[in-house]
Amino acid sequence: MVCAKEIADHTSSIRFPILFLLVGVTGLSSMYVGAQSIRETVAREGSRFVFLRLFTTSGTLPPFIAFVSFLGPLVGLAMGFDAIVGERNRGTLSRLLSQPIYRDDVINGKFLAGLAMLGWMMGSLGLLVAGLGLILTGVPPTGEEVLRVLAYLVVTVIYIAFWLALSILFSVIFRQAASSALAGIAVWLFFAVFARLLASLIADAFFPVTQDSPVDVALRNARWQLALARLSPTVLYEEAIVTLLNPGIRTLGPILLEQVEGAVAGFLSPGQSLLLVWPHLVTLVALTAGVFGVAYYLFIRQEIRA
Amino acid sequence: MQKDVIVSLRGLTKKYGNLVAVDHLDLDIYRGEVFGLLGPNGAGKTTTILMILGLTEPTEGTVRVAGLDPTRDPLAVKAMVGYLPDNVGFYEDMTGRENLRYTARLNHIPPAEAEKRISALLDTVGLGGVGDRPVREYSRGMRQRLGLADALVKDPRLLILDEPTLGIDPEGVQEVLALIVRLAREEKRTVLISSHLLYQMQEICDRVAIFVRGRLVDPGPVSVQELVASGRSLDHYYREYFQGGDSR
Repeated sequence: MVCAKEIADHTSSIRFPILFLLVGVTGLSSMYVGAQSIRETVAREGSRFVFLRLFTTSGTLPPFIAFVSFLGPLVGLAMGFDAIVGERNRGTLSRLLSQPIYRDDVINGKFLAGLAMLGWMMGSLGLLVAGLGLILTGVPPTGEEVLRVLAYLVVTVIYIAFWLALSILFSVIFRQAASSALAGIAVWLFFAVFARLLASLIADAFFPVTQDSPVDVALRNARWQLALARLSPTVLYEEAIVTLLNPGIRTLGPILLEQVEGAVAGFLSPGQSLLLVWPHLVTLVALTAGVFGVAYYLFIRQEIRA
Repeated sequence: MQKDVIVSLRGLTKKYGNLVAVDHLDLDIYRGEVFGLLGPNGAGKTTTILMILGLTEPTEGTVRVAGLDPTRDPLAVKAMVGYLPDNVGFYEDMTGRENLRYTARLNHIPPAEAEKRISALLDTVGLGGVGDRPVREYSRGMRQRLGLADALVKDPRLLILDEPTLGIDPEGVQEVLALIVRLAREEKRTVLISSHLLYQMQEICDRVAIFVRGRLVDPGPVSVQELVASGRSLDHYYREYFQGGDSR
C-alpha cells in the first residue's frame, strides 16, 4: 500500500518526468548519432551484432551506454534522497507510523516503488532505442542480441538501485533533505570521477612503473590498479555492461602479448559473456542489498519525534 | 461504579543516556473520560504519549492499552488509537479527502465504508466545502481540523490529542471542544489531551495530571469537578506548582 502511494507520488510529481526526459533525450540523441555513423563502423568491423552497436557506438556524442552510466545514478539519487527525511520534515512521519502498519513497510515501500520506476524507465528506454534504431537502420536484432540487451537493462536497474538504496540511507541518517542530496552527489562524484584515478595513484605508489621496469612489475601495477578500481560499483558496472554488449570481449584485465599470440578472433555466446561478469553482478547485488540493509536497520531503530 | 481501565502505566520509565525523561510513572486512564496531561515543555508528556502508542520503547515498566502491550502488539494497539500529533503534517499535493483515504487504506477500511466515513468526518470538523482542495491551500486551522478527522477515520477507542486547539480560531475552538466532549460522552471514546491551555482543559477534562520532570506531581490525577467545587480554578492549581518553583 505504501508502495502504491509512492509510485503514484513519483509519477505525478515533476521530478521523475524531468529525470526520465533527461536520460531519454540524451540517450536517444546519442543513439541517433550512432545510427548515422553505423555504416562506417559496419564497413570497418564487420556486419555482425549491428543492433548492439546502436547502444555502444559513439559518433560526435558519447554512446548511449555512457549517458545512462553517467546519469543513471542521478535518477536513483533523486528518487530517494528525501524518502524519509522529507516525511519527517513535512510532519507526516509520525502520523504514518501511528497507523497499523509495520515500520518496515514504509521503507520497503519506498525502495520497491523506486525499483518499479527504474524498471519502467529502463524498459521503455530500451524499447524506444530499439524501435528508433530499427527504423533508422532497418536491421532487426537477432535473438542473441535481444538477450544481451535485456541483460544490459537488468544490470543497469541493479546498478541504479544501488544509488537508490544509498540515497534512502542518507535520507534516514540526515536531518535535512539538502544534506542527504549533497552526500549522495558527493559519493557519486567520487566513484564516477575519482575512483580510477585513486586506484592508479595507489598502484603507482606500491609498484612504480618506468620505461625499463621489468614486465612482472608492470603487470602487478596493472593488476593492482584494476583490483582497487573494482572496489567502485561504477567500475564494476561499466565492465559488466561493456562485456555484455560486446561479444568480442573475451577477457577482462590486463593480458600479455604472448597470451594473445595465435588467438583466433571470435565471439562469445551470451551465456559465456554472462559467466565472465558474474562476479561483477553478484557484487553489485550484494552492495545494493547491503546498503539497503543498513538503511533498514537504522530506520527501524530510530526514535520518531516529529 | 465499576470503571474500565483503558490505559494502564506501571513504573513506566524512559531514559536517554543519563537523562530521565519519564520517571516510574503510575497512571490509570478510564474508558470514556477526557483526561488532561498538563506540564511544562520537556516534562515528558510527549514521551509518555509515544510510549503509549508504541512508537518508543520504555526503558523500564509497562504500558497496557486495553490489555495489550504496544511493543508486542503494535498493530492491534495502533488500530484502536487515533493520534493527532503536535504540528501535524499532510501530503501537500493531495487533497484533504485523498489524505484521509490513504489513512483509511492503511487501516484496512473497505473503500465504500471509508468514503462514507470521510465525508461525514469532513462535515463534522467543518471542512465540508474544502475537502477536495489540495492541502497546500489549507490554513493552519484547517490542517488542525483535518488532523482531527484523520485521527477519527479509524473509529478509534482511544484518542490522543497533542495541542488539538492550537491554531484554530476562537469560534472554531468551541466547536472542537464540544466535539471532543461529545466523542467521550456519547460515543464512549476515551480522550487523552496534552495541552497548555488551562481554561480550555478545565472546560472539558474530567481529570487532569500535572507532569514535571517526568513525574506526576504529588496528589496524582485530580478530578476537575472536585477542584472547581472547592473553589479553585485549574489555573491556580497549576500555578501552585510553578509559582514558587517546584519542591524538587
